[in-house]
Amino acid sequence: MTVHFELNGAPVAFDGDATMPLLWYLRDHASLTGTKFGCGIAACGACTVHVDGAATRSCVTPLSRIEGRRVKTIEGLARGESLHAVQRAWIEEDVPQCGYCQAGQLMAAAALLERTPVPTDDDILGLTNLCRCGTYPRIRRAIHRAAEIAAERGTR
Amino acid sequence: MSDPTKPSNVDRRDFVRVSLSALGGLWVGVSPYGVSTRAGVRSTSARSTSTTDGGEITIFVRIDPGNRIVIGARGCEIGQGVRTSLPMLVAEELDVPWTMVSVEQLPFVLVPGRDGKSLRSKYGDQGAGGSTSVSDGWEELRQAGAQARWLLRESAARRWSVSADTLTTRDAFVIHTDGRRLSYGELAREAAAITPPNAALPVKAASDFRIIGSRVRVADAAAIVTGRAAYGIDAHIPGALLAVMARSPYFEGALRSVDDRAARRVPGVRDVVVVRGPKAGENIVHNLSDGVAVVADDTWSAMKGREALVIEWERGPWAGDSMEQLAQRANAALDTAPTATGASAVFARRDGDFSRARGSAARVIERRYAVPFLAHATMEPPNCTVEVRDGRAVVIASIQSPRYTADLVSQIAGIPIQNVELHLPRSGGGFGRRLKGDYVTEAVKIAMQVKRPVKLIWTREDDLQHDFYRPFGVHAMTAALDSSGAVTGWSHHVAATSRKFRDPGRVGDPAWVGVCDPHAYPAGTVANYESAVHPLEFGLAPGWWRGPLHTFGAFATESFIDEVARETGHDAVALRLSLLGANRALPYSDHGGPHFDTGRLSHVLREAARIGNWDTPAPSGRGRGIACHFTFGGYTAHLMEVSVRDGRLTIHRVVCVTDVGTPVNPFGIEAQMMGGTLDGISAALRQEITVKDGRVQQHNFNDYRLLRMADAPDVEVHIVASTVAPVGAGEMGVPSALPALTNAIAAATGKRIRRLPIGDQLA
Repeated sequence: MTVHFELNGAPVAFDGDATMPLLWYLRDHASLTGTKFGCGIAACGACTVHVDGAATRSCVTPLSRIEGRRVKTIEGLARGESLHAVQRAWIEEDVPQCGYCQAGQLMAAAALLERTPVPTDDDILGLTNLCRCGTYPRIRRAIHRAAEIAAERGTR
Repeated sequence: MSDPTKPSNVDRRDFVRVSLSALGGLWVGVSPYGVSTRAGVRSTSARSTSTTDGGEITIFVRIDPGNRIVIGARGCEIGQGVRTSLPMLVAEELDVPWTMVSVEQLPFVLVPGRDGKSLRSKYGDQGAGGSTSVSDGWEELRQAGAQARWLLRESAARRWSVSADTLTTRDAFVIHTDGRRLSYGELAREAAAITPPNAALPVKAASDFRIIGSRVRVADAAAIVTGRAAYGIDAHIPGALLAVMARSPYFEGALRSVDDRAARRVPGVRDVVVVRGPKAGENIVHNLSDGVAVVADDTWSAMKGREALVIEWERGPWAGDSMEQLAQRANAALDTAPTATGASAVFARRDGDFSRARGSAARVIERRYAVPFLAHATMEPPNCTVEVRDGRAVVIASIQSPRYTADLVSQIAGIPIQNVELHLPRSGGGFGRRLKGDYVTEAVKIAMQVKRPVKLIWTREDDLQHDFYRPFGVHAMTAALDSSGAVTGWSHHVAATSRKFRDPGRVGDPAWVGVCDPHAYPAGTVANYESAVHPLEFGLAPGWWRGPLHTFGAFATESFIDEVARETGHDAVALRLSLLGANRALPYSDHGGPHFDTGRLSHVLREAARIGNWDTPAPSGRGRGIACHFTFGGYTAHLMEVSVRDGRLTIHRVVCVTDVGTPVNPFGIEAQMMGGTLDGISAALRQEITVKDGRVQQHNFNDYRLLRMADAPDVEVHIVASTVAPVGAGEMGVPSALPALTNAIAAATGKRIRRLPIGDQLA
């Protein structure tokens, strides 16, 4: 069975094991190591990508469920040299410490802003991605800042 | 199935060639191993020797064409910010604006020692442990920057035939009094050929700092937020197979049998190999246990292969063990008077005569506090990528001890240490886990058996079940008071799983090392003081967990001081200040010494109280708690304000005041204090590793519960202005955070938490 999908705008055909979680396809077969492995049971969110625009934990998403879908990873979040508002805000607010969870945090935050361009504190507290280094307070500030940046730009 | 040795359709790898040339330059030439790691590095072509400008000046500075300043970062970056703070020291004395600086990670390189016989680390101490990176680098790296600047000015002076004293520097230019300028880039080649002076160079006065003390963002943040920052787990060696290991779930339970037929039939699986660990009772020198590794084309196949293994494990000598028994043994040991036969106390300190003070006291207060085993749970699970071939090894792993790791690989692979090429990627958290070489050992042993490069990945279950845990302990605190309520005697006994257990490096250490601090206040301020450890044996391997003995002990001391204050009608801040006494430097021989300055701890305590409105009543329903501690040379105090409603805790305010000496990067220090505080809160709320039938009961984040965003308060960090030499901020945010929280809970509810984690105790 060949799985066809779109990955960061490019078409993919994969004829290996379709039970393979998208995470391991990305890291081992597509050489896209920006999406991280943290737990394997969707409990931490380090593996968060966008599937048809929705934040999705790729460690529990088999390729068979990706047939015909559009996948975006952290590597596809920026448009060329133009960083996404969350990426700019994350740098401004100096969010990362070890940084390992941050790709997942950014993808979750970007999906949130897509749904809710001006999130409240409560909206933000709904994010459940884990951060072992405790950057949560700066993540909160960065999401508010990203909303401002996106509004200033008129788009993202 | 795609061939992992060939680039796939969507190949985004930067092939960065890294090798150890004879010069050990920052980025030189082409490695025969074709190693790909994007450890914060941009891809470079083979170094040209015919550039008209640019070059290396000292081992930490390279000027690239276009006057681009590149500074080498020597430390293991585990999230504590050394990839930023250490280059800041060089940049300051090089006298370039930080905006002109790019940072590149340095590998671990050995060069001949000054005696010509031994080997030394070219870049100095690169390890991350004990929060020493900034204090170790403070003089050395500023000197490196000063030396580079001296060479550049000297080369300009020679070109212009003037004295170097007349020349100034600004924005990476050397400037003549008449206004002529030469860029650092133009001068680099000649500067590098000049012999630097032997004597130490003068460095800037603090009032002239432009970089040190300014808020600087993480140097490779852009790489992190675009997914390009490379961690150990992202490493790739062409042709590497992926390995996942099944390890004995029983402490010291050996491998009895393995049937790998079904595993070998899983598509993609290439081999199954046994890796031996220490036998029961043997020291843990390398890896923790026997294991069976499945080696495959990709991670998913390796995981499926592991699931298909049929393995029998010995149950090992600890199979009957449980937390109840351990707690019983701990309390029984503490119940035994130190002078009774069978008493197990090993004294760390005995000042005056506590027994006599207790005997003649008007009042004696006794309490016990229990702290659990903790797992490190670094966000990036342990992993190691390695190739051993032709008497050489290439190793890429997130680690905290480069020299130790290189030695280990050399021993296991049976090759000279100079032939170990060790890369230092960014590490997804350390917290002390990566001071151990067990996962590197496993990877080398697997690679040597399959004769291919191997990337070994641990799953989260592997990580939580096979850690070197923060020890469990029960602290027995006793205060003797006279009729005026003054403290006349203090005793701190702790029953804890011994740090010496199966650790050959600790044979000569007294039993109390790592679980008892003989100098922790009120030692040295109370005349009749004693502290002692009652070592317990248990199956878990002990390790260092962020702020080791301080995180372990401050909970007991700072909770007990609070209880004594409450019992005697003293204000908790006033009692601490009276115990600390007059401002003076007390001797402190443990790590972080040689002195403990009571005045500096009193200051942060007073500041936290002031900022947190300690002297005004808390709003109705809320309570405030305060705690302070001296950790590795730094002084920290926490104040927290909480409420508990229907069993639910809300943390309304967290104030953290810290004195780390000269603040090198306040933005980074704030991050560390915020992170350390939240780490302490996380541990206090719900974290514990428990054991039943000789097995760890926790498996993943569903049952080892870390703090999440919704429960994480903001942390107000205040950094004391100081001009003494800096100490590292990585760990000192933790120890006083846990007791500040439980002290606040006691103030808000009257309920005293004496056992961590808090868990359901508020319900």
